[in-house]
Order: sequence, then structure tokens, then C-alpha cells
Amino acid sequence: MDFLRPTTWEEALAAKADQPESVPIQGGTDVMVEINFDVRRPPALLDLNQVAELREWSMTGGLCRVGAGVPYAVVVDELGGPLPGLAQASRTVGSPQIRNRGTVGGNLGAASPAGDSHPPLLAAGAAVEVESRERGVRMIPAAEFYRGVKRSALEPDELIRAVHVPPATGPQYFSKVGTRNAMVIAVCSFAIALHPGERRVGTGLGSAAPTPRRALEAEELLAAELDWEAPLTPALARRFGELCARAAAPIDDVRGTAAYRVHAIGVLARRTLAWAWNDHLEKRAA
Amino acid sequence: MRVSFVVNGREESADDVWEGESLLYVLRERLGLPGSKNACEQGECGSCTVYLDGVPVCACLVAAGQVEGRRVRTVEGLAEGDRLDPVQEAFVECGAVQCGFCTPGLIVQAHDLLERRPRPSDAEIREALAGNLCRCTGYEKILDAVRLAASRKEAR
Repeated sequence: MDFLRPTTWEEALAAKADQPESVPIQGGTDVMVEINFDVRRPPALLDLNQVAELREWSMTGGLCRVGAGVPYAVVVDELGGPLPGLAQASRTVGSPQIRNRGTVGGNLGAASPAGDSHPPLLAAGAAVEVESRERGVRMIPAAEFYRGVKRSALEPDELIRAVHVPPATGPQYFSKVGTRNAMVIAVCSFAIALHPGERRVGTGLGSAAPTPRRALEAEELLAAELDWEAPLTPALARRFGELCARAAAPIDDVRGTAAYRVHAIGVLARRTLAWAWNDHLEKRAA
Repeated sequence: MRVSFVVNGREESADDVWEGESLLYVLRERLGLPGSKNACEQGECGSCTVYLDGVPVCACLVAAGQVEGRRVRTVEGLAEGDRLDPVQEAFVECGAVQCGFCTPGLIVQAHDLLERRPRPSDAEIREALAGNLCRCTGYEKILDAVRLAASRKEAR
């Protein structure tokens, strides 16, 4: 096994181009588990920890650009204002030790359907900035990034550089079902983002299909029927929950049954919409 | 490969380190620092918690090569000679140590909490220690120990 230690982004891209089979490692919270348990022994590890720029975030061109090496702890501490959904989800990741090391970039790279950062990225309309030495930068919308269980649109010679997330213009919530309060992989999860300017609601489902995904029909329902000046009607909230549940395509596994997940997604969707809507109305009243 | 880093204030290096090896393995098996415990090797139990550049992490999830040139502080590095850190003292006094296996990780994590939040609420203590599993004491004495350490640190 090789251990590659680039110190600049250019060196990292060159290393990935020359050894596409190398596995990028950031916080190690996924990659090291697989190595410790001998699930996988990659020919090379590509350590990105020394590429300092990956640990930075900034507001660029009206978007919040979060470097692939920004740990969850920093998202929680510093990005709760512009990215409340992502910050809420980040706070539910593992333990403090894991949040100190794990990154949104690593979550994207692993592309697990259970990754906690995926639903809020989908709901907010994020895009993933990836780059290769040969073909340069590509921006991949989050909704097109996830391709299958632990498969993404990332090419073998590409690295994730950052994720670009529109700052919140309305309330956002993330909710997750687990068997205890801390240290759980989601049984299922749901994120919602209100975009009042566009009269649009974004959604994201986690652990409820082979990939994280949006509930498109549910979004269309709200785009057509939601009155942004008025209280949410229970009937509309219920239909929203039903359409979100219908967007789920889960499996039975050790964490929960498919039927339970479908049911729970409906409940999470209805509740998070109600929370977000209350915030929206309060803000209008203020 | 060779890995050189600072452990508890001392320059150390380890040779013939396998590239997939964890920091935990290097500490325990190559540098003779068995304080950090090896239990789950997947970041679930917190028994191997150490400071990496001042931030608590699971040593089992840090690749050895990633600590090149960096600073690590283990539970062995919290005491000053024979004088225990207040968190260590409080764990002993409160009976928060039973089999002792989870203790080093809990102590490092509690130490970090009190550095950042000198007067933590119970909810903050519980959240800070959520990634450290104990199968003996049932956590009540651990909570007592953290509260005691906090009050002592403040009195100093």
C-alpha cells in the first residue's frame, strides 16, 4: 500500500490522476473502519489533510462554499446561520470525536444512502465542485451526484474540492430516526428547506432509498397548492407527508424494516414542514 | 514508512509503519503507550480518544501517516509527573473507574470538555461523552466525576 501526502491541491489532483485507484482519506471515519476490519485494502491512500485550502469555507458569488475538508464540528459552530439544515444534520453525526474529524466532503465521497449531510444538501439545492487534472472543474448538482449505494458521479481521476450551498432564505429543518439520541446511523432521515422568494420547498430523504433523493412530487404539490400568506392546512401537510413517503424506496435491513421507514418518512416530512411553516409565519408576523 | 510526530511533548518516530495502520496501533504497539484502549476500531466506543493538535479524536480512525509532523496528547500526557489531572483525580475519588477500560478515553474527552466549558450543564456533559461507551458503571459516577472535576478546576 502507498501513502500519498500531497501538500497542495495541484499535487493532490496529480496524485489522483496518476493513481486513480488511490482512496482519498480526509477524517478517516469511514475509510479507516474499512481498513481496520479488512473490508478493503486499497492500493494507496491519498491523504488530503495537508491541503490546507480544503479546510476553509467562504461566501463566494452569493453561495456558501464549504471546502471538502471542513469537519462537521466547524459546520455546527460556524455555519448554523447560512446553512441551518446542514448544521442541524452535522450535529447528529456520530460523537464529538467523529464530528471533529468527519467531513461533508468525505460523506459525499462515501455516498452512503445513510450519510447525514445528503438530505440537507438536496433540500437546499447544493452543487458539488469536483476537479480532475485532465478535464478541470465540474459542478455536479447534488440531485445528480448520487448514483447508487455508495456510488457517485465522481470519476476515478476526480477529487471533491468543495460543496456550494445557497445560504438559507427561509427556515430549514433536519430530522432523523435512530434507536438512541447519540451515535446512530439513521434508520431514516428527512430534510426540508423553504425558499420563500421562489415560493418553493426543497426536500431530501436519507436512508430511505438506494441513494439520497428528493421527493419531487411532494415538492410539486407544495409549489402548486401552498398559500405562503396563510397557515398550513392539516390536509395539505398530510398529503405532503404521503407523497414524501411515496418517494421512499427502502429495504428491510438491520436498522429497520422498509415498511417502518416509509411510515417514518411520512411522519418526519409532515412534522418538519409544520416546524418550518411555523417559523415562516412567525417571521412574517414579526 | 517512517512516521515522526510529537507525543506528550516529546519527539517520537516509528519505523516500518504499515501504510494502513492506525495512530492507535502506533501508540500502543510501537511507542509503548497502552493508555489509549483498543476496543471497537470503528469509532463507536471512544476508548482510544486522544488529542490530535488539541482536538479530541478516535485514534483508531486516524491513519498513522496523517500524524506526520503533528502533536498528539494521550491520557498518559495529562498528569504532570505523579500529580494527576483534576479529571483523573475525580474519576478515582468518585468511583467512576470500574474495569477501567473506557476510563482513558472518557478522561481525555472530559478533559477537553472542561477546557472549553469550565461549568458544563448535565446536558452538555452527556452530549460531550455520548461517544464514550462504558459497560460497567452506568455513567452516573462518571457524571459525578466530571461535575467534581469542574468544581475543583473552578476553585483553583
